[in-house]
Amino acid sequence: MNIAYIITCIAVMALVTYIPRALPLVVFRKKIENNFIRSFLAYVPYAVLAAMTLPDVFYSTDYVFSAVLGFIAALVLAYFEKSLLTVAVGAVVTVFVSEYIAKIIM
Amino acid sequence: MSASKHKSQHTLKLFFKGMRDTLPICLGYIPISFAFGMMAKDMGFNVWTAVLISLTNFTSAGQLAGTAIMAASGGYLEIAVTTFVINIRYMLMSLSLSQKIEEKMPALHRAVLSFGITDEIFAVASQSDGKVSSPYFAGLIIPAYLSWCLSTLFGATAASLLPQSLCSAFGIAIYGMFLAIIIPPAKKVTPILMTVIISAAMSCIFRYTPVLNMLSFGWVVIICAVVASALAALRFPVSNEE
Repeated sequence: MNIAYIITCIAVMALVTYIPRALPLVVFRKKIENNFIRSFLAYVPYAVLAAMTLPDVFYSTDYVFSAVLGFIAALVLAYFEKSLLTVAVGAVVTVFVSEYIAKIIM
Repeated sequence: MSASKHKSQHTLKLFFKGMRDTLPICLGYIPISFAFGMMAKDMGFNVWTAVLISLTNFTSAGQLAGTAIMAASGGYLEIAVTTFVINIRYMLMSLSLSQKIEEKMPALHRAVLSFGITDEIFAVASQSDGKVSSPYFAGLIIPAYLSWCLSTLFGATAASLLPQSLCSAFGIAIYGMFLAIIIPPAKKVTPILMTVIISAAMSCIFRYTPVLNMLSFGWVVIICAVVASALAALRFPVSNEE
């Protein structure tokens, strides 16, 4: 991978991240009237995060079994509406402990 | 006391109020951005590339996806479209905040501060009492931004120092945060639950079906999100009053 490619990619990422953040706040002050677009935009974040999480979460650690346990822990903590920090740390601790126990047993 | 001195004290007060309100976000960003730094390092990028990404992007899902595509030597269009689609949600947040911030806020302040609209900053800003002023907004953003960038630095640096078992465990942190964002609303709002299920199911189908699994991660996220959101929008339009 060369530097020019990396820098260009980062610049592209930064630009397309900044534009949606800035455009409405700076320019657009009127309410969107098209209800389909409003509805579509309202669902987009959840759809994106769901597609990014599954099935990738199962391969996010060294072993699928620990990732599945971590996923379950995160699911339960999120269900009880724990903070982002608590859910993230809970998943991490579950993975760490389950891998540690597995190594002792095996 | 002169009027200008009084005004600057008021500005400072608002700034510090923002700093106080953003503390949970700062803490929450540590493991997530730390994990991003480690993942970027794992994907073969050096420390400063990882930090540069956090400094210029300041977003979790978008920069992770972009970095993953970069690691796979993806094309510029793929990176642009993927990152943009993931960040489309910021348009809605930015639009919503445009009704929440002080009307007199100058265009330059808007242009600079909008860089700091993340899911979490948006959540705190939109829940705050009254209108959001420039100093308050800046107070929310600056500590969170520092936390984000420094945590990436520490994550990318520590990747070679930390034991492998810890690196493995941190890999799941960012997904834990995603679940913490999507599960509580999915629990309460059926259309959101449906959107999440459709999108996740489609993503799994793309991953495990021969031929379909040749499609890159970026396009899979785009297709799943657009289809699931469009179906939900057709079936469950959100009411115009909100």
